[in-house]
Amino acid sequence: MKLKYIIPILCVALLTLSCSTDDDTDPIINEVEDLVKIKELTNATHTIELFNASGTFKTGYNAISIRIKDNAANTYVTNATLSWMPVMQMPTMQHSAPKSDISKALAKKTVYDGFIVYQMANLDGSGWSLTINYTINGTNYMASSDIVVMQSEYQNVTSFMGADGKRYLMAIVEPQDPKIGINTLKVGLYTMETMMSFPKVEGFRMTLDPRMPGMGNHSSPNNTDLTYNMTDGLYEGNLSLTMTGYWVLNLKLLNAADEVLKGENVTEQNPKSSLYLELEF
Amino acid sequence: MKKLIIVMIGVLFSGVTFAQEEINTTKKDTTKLDEITLVGRRKLSNYRQEKTLSSIDDYLEKSNKITMIKRGNYAWEPSMNNMNSERLNVTIDGMQIFGACTDKMDPITSYVDVSNLQKVSVGSGQSGSENGHTIGGGIDLQLPNSKFHQSGLKTSIDLGYETNGNYKTGGLDLEYSGNRFYINADGIYRKSDNYDAGNSQEVLYSQFHKYNISLQSGYQLNDQHTLEATVIYDKATDVGYPALPMDVSLAEALITAVTHKYENDSTFVQSLESKLYFNTITHIMDDSKRPDVPIQMDMPGWSDTYGFYSKASMNANKHVLSVNLNGFYNRSLAEMTMYPNDPNQSAMFMYTWPDIRTLYSGIYAKDVYAFNDNASISAAMRVGFHQNKIAIETGLESLQIFYPEIGDTKNRVLSSFTANYQFKKHHYDVSFGAGYGERAPSVSEGYGFFLYNSFDNYDYIGNPTLNNEKAFEVNFQANYHDGDFHLGVETSYFYIMDYIIGSIDQTLSPMTIGANGVRIYNALDNASIFDVYVNSSYKLSPAFSVNGTVGYNYGSGSNNKNLPLIKPISYLAEVNYSAKQFNAAIQLEGNGNQSHYSSFYGEDETPSYAVLNLNLGNEMTIQDNKFVLKYGIENILDTTYSTYADWNNIPRQGRNFYMNMSYIIQ
Repeated sequence: MKLKYIIPILCVALLTLSCSTDDDTDPIINEVEDLVKIKELTNATHTIELFNASGTFKTGYNAISIRIKDNAANTYVTNATLSWMPVMQMPTMQHSAPKSDISKALAKKTVYDGFIVYQMANLDGSGWSLTINYTINGTNYMASSDIVVMQSEYQNVTSFMGADGKRYLMAIVEPQDPKIGINTLKVGLYTMETMMSFPKVEGFRMTLDPRMPGMGNHSSPNNTDLTYNMTDGLYEGNLSLTMTGYWVLNLKLLNAADEVLKGENVTEQNPKSSLYLELEF
Repeated sequence: MKKLIIVMIGVLFSGVTFAQEEINTTKKDTTKLDEITLVGRRKLSNYRQEKTLSSIDDYLEKSNKITMIKRGNYAWEPSMNNMNSERLNVTIDGMQIFGACTDKMDPITSYVDVSNLQKVSVGSGQSGSENGHTIGGGIDLQLPNSKFHQSGLKTSIDLGYETNGNYKTGGLDLEYSGNRFYINADGIYRKSDNYDAGNSQEVLYSQFHKYNISLQSGYQLNDQHTLEATVIYDKATDVGYPALPMDVSLAEALITAVTHKYENDSTFVQSLESKLYFNTITHIMDDSKRPDVPIQMDMPGWSDTYGFYSKASMNANKHVLSVNLNGFYNRSLAEMTMYPNDPNQSAMFMYTWPDIRTLYSGIYAKDVYAFNDNASISAAMRVGFHQNKIAIETGLESLQIFYPEIGDTKNRVLSSFTANYQFKKHHYDVSFGAGYGERAPSVSEGYGFFLYNSFDNYDYIGNPTLNNEKAFEVNFQANYHDGDFHLGVETSYFYIMDYIIGSIDQTLSPMTIGANGVRIYNALDNASIFDVYVNSSYKLSPAFSVNGTVGYNYGSGSNNKNLPLIKPISYLAEVNYSAKQFNAAIQLEGNGNQSHYSSFYGEDETPSYAVLNLNLGNEMTIQDNKFVLKYGIENILDTTYSTYADWNNIPRQGRNFYMNMSYIIQ
C-alpha cells in the first residue's frame, strides 16, 4: 500500500536529481527567471535581450541584465565583452546618460549586468536609443535599436548646475523597495563632462533631510549624511522612513572642501531644498 | 464550630480588606435602600444608586478614591490615587482585558455595563495587586456569583430618560434560577445626543450610542463542583469625543469565560476557582465627521487576550491563606492610515502599536493572621514574569529608527508585596499599611509610535528600554464612631521611582500636523503622590443625616514640576432624607482652584467650581412586584464648569432633569 506512494516519489526524486546533473551540458539554461524582458536588439548573428524587474525603462536608475543569444546555434554566449551607449535625440542636439560598465553577473553564466541612469524622457517615451558593442572571441559586433523610456512618477533623478559651474546628475539607486524603518539610501552622483560623458564624482558628501509634505513636512530622526563608498562608487547613508507615503529627500551637496554646491537647509520659510529626490511607497 | 469559623473569616475580611473599598458603601450613595437580597444578591445594586441606570463610569465616580477622566460623555478613564490606566490594574472578574485604542478612548470599564456586574472591588495601592501588578491600585469589576436560589423566573425592566442630551436608556433582565441550574440574560441600550453645558451651550461631538448584552449560566454538578459560562458582548457606535480631534465609529468587545468552582468547608483547601477566558476588542477611530481636520485618517486597533487564573483559599488556625495563580497572553495591534489632501499622493500608513504580544504569568499569595479579636495583620505578595515581543518585522524596524539597538523581545520580572496592620476597638479603628510594587510599561509607553496626545499637543514615542516603574507606598486610615457621629481620615503616600512620563525631544519632528513636538516616554528619577481624605457624618434623626468629605491631593516629580491630573482640593456635602418608600438628598459638590496645575505637561489652571444636585426616589410594592422610581435634577443652577479631569477643559453637563424607572416582576 505504502509502496504505491513511495515508488512514484522516488522516481520523481531520481528524475529531478538526474536533471540537475545534466545542467552542465544543457545549452538552454534560464538565469533570468525573476526578470521581465524589456527589449530585444537584433543583428544578423545575435539577439541581445535586455531584462529588468519591471520590464520597462523609466527615468532614473535602471538596473539591466543582458543576454546574448547566438541565433544560429540557439545558445547563449558566455564569453562576451560588452559596452553600451544610450543616446537621447533632442530637436537640436543629442546627449547620453550616466551608465556603468557591463560585467558578467555574479555566479551566472549567460547574464551580464549594468545600469543606466536616464535623466529625462519624452511624454510618449520616444527619443532614446541604445547601441551595444560587444566582442566574442576577438570578433566585434554591434546592435542598436530605439528604446522606450517612460517618465517616472516621482523625481528619482535630478540634474543641476553646481556652485562650481559644473553640471551634475544625481539618482536614487537604493532603496528600490523602501520600508518603514531605517533604509540604506544609495545615490549615484555624476558630472556632465560632455554631452556624451558622465563620469562618477568621488569624495563629495550629501546631507539628508527626508520630509513628508503631506504631513506638515514631518521629518524623521537618525538619518545620516551620504558619503562615498569606493566599492560600488555610490553615496551611501541611512534613511529613516517613519511611515509609508510620499517622501521628499531634501539634500545638500558638499564638495571635498565642504563647500555647498547645491541645496539649502529645510526651514519654516524654505520647506524644500532646491536639491531633492522623491520616493513613494 | 463551622459558624464560628465563618464569623471569624467575616471579621477578618471585613477588617483586613479595609482598603478594599467597595463602592456600594460609599457615602455619596443617597438612597440607602437595602436591596441586596431582593434583587438577586447584587451588591452593585443599581437600585441603590441615585439613578438606577447609571453607567459603570457614573458608578465608579461615586467612590472617594476614584476620579473619572473625561474626554467626552462616554468611556471615561478611571483614575485612582491620581494615577490612571497604566498605573492601575483593571480587570473584569479577575480577567485581564486591554483596551484597543492608542489614545485611551476605550478604558475597559466602557466594555461592561452595570447590568453585567455584581460589585466593583477597589483596592488602593498594593492592596489591589491580587489580579496583576499595579502602582496606584486595582479595580476588579466582579460578575455575579452563582445563583441557585430556586427562585424561578424573575424579570426586571428599566427605563430612563434625561433631558440633557435627550439621553434614553432601556434595560431588560431575565433570570431563571433553579436548584442546580441558573441562567441570566440581560441587555441594555443607551443613546444620547450632544449634551448641553451650562447656559445651553451645545457640546458638539458628545453623542454616543451603545448596547450591551450578556448571558451567564451555571450548572451545579454536585455540592462541591459548579461550572459556569459567561458571554458579554458590548458594542458602541457613533461615539463622539469632544475633547479629542477624532471620534469612534466602532468599539466592540466580546468577553467570554468558563469557570469551575470547587467549595468544601471540611478540607484544607476550602475553595478553588479556576477560569479560562478569552476576550477580543475592535476599536475604530475615525474623523470623517469632523469638518476641519488637517488630514483625514483612520486609526483602527485590536486587542485580543487569552488567559486563566486559578485561586484557592485555605484556612489554618488563625491564618487565612489565599493563593492566585494567573497568566495571560495579549496581542495589541493598532495602525494609522492617513489620506493626503493631494489625491495624487498615496495613503500614508504606520503601525502605532506594532503587534505587541505580552505574555505574563505570576503568582499571588496572601496571608491574614488574627492576633485576637481586635488586631490582625496581613501580608501579600505577587511575583510574575512579563514578556513583550514585537511580532511584526515592520514594527521592529519602525522602532529601530529611534532605538537601533533593540531586539524584538523584552523580559521582565515583576514583584510586589504589602503588609497591613489593623486594630479595632468599639469606638475607633486604625490601620496602617506599607507596600512595594513594580509594573512594566504599558504597550503605548513601551512601543507606541507617534501617538498623538491632544492634552499637551505632543506626539509620543514609546521606549522599549524603559525600566520597571517601582513604588513604595504607605497608607493610614482611622475611624472614630460615637453614636450617630462618625469621623474618618484616610491618607496614602506613594514614592515612585523611574516614574514613566514623556520628556520632550527637541530634535524630533512631530508627525501630527500642528503638534508642538515629540515626547519620548522616559523615566523621572522619582515622583511623589500624596492624598488625604477626611469624611464625617452625623445622623440627626432616623431619617435625616448629613455627611461631608474633603480631600487634598499632591503630586510632583523629581524635575520639580507638578505631575499632571492631580486632583485639587475637593469637597462634598450632602443632606439626606431616607424613609421606607421615599428618599431625597441634596448635594453640594465642588473642587477648589487647581493651583498646582502642571503647565509642563499641558495643563492649565482649572478654576474652582461647585454644583448642586437634587435627587429623589420612590419605591413601592405592587402585589409581589416592585417599582422603583428615581428622579432629580443635576447641576440645578446650570453652572458652566469643567474640572481638572476634563480633557482639554471640555465643559460638563449643565442642568439635567432625569428619571429612571425599574419594574421587577418576581
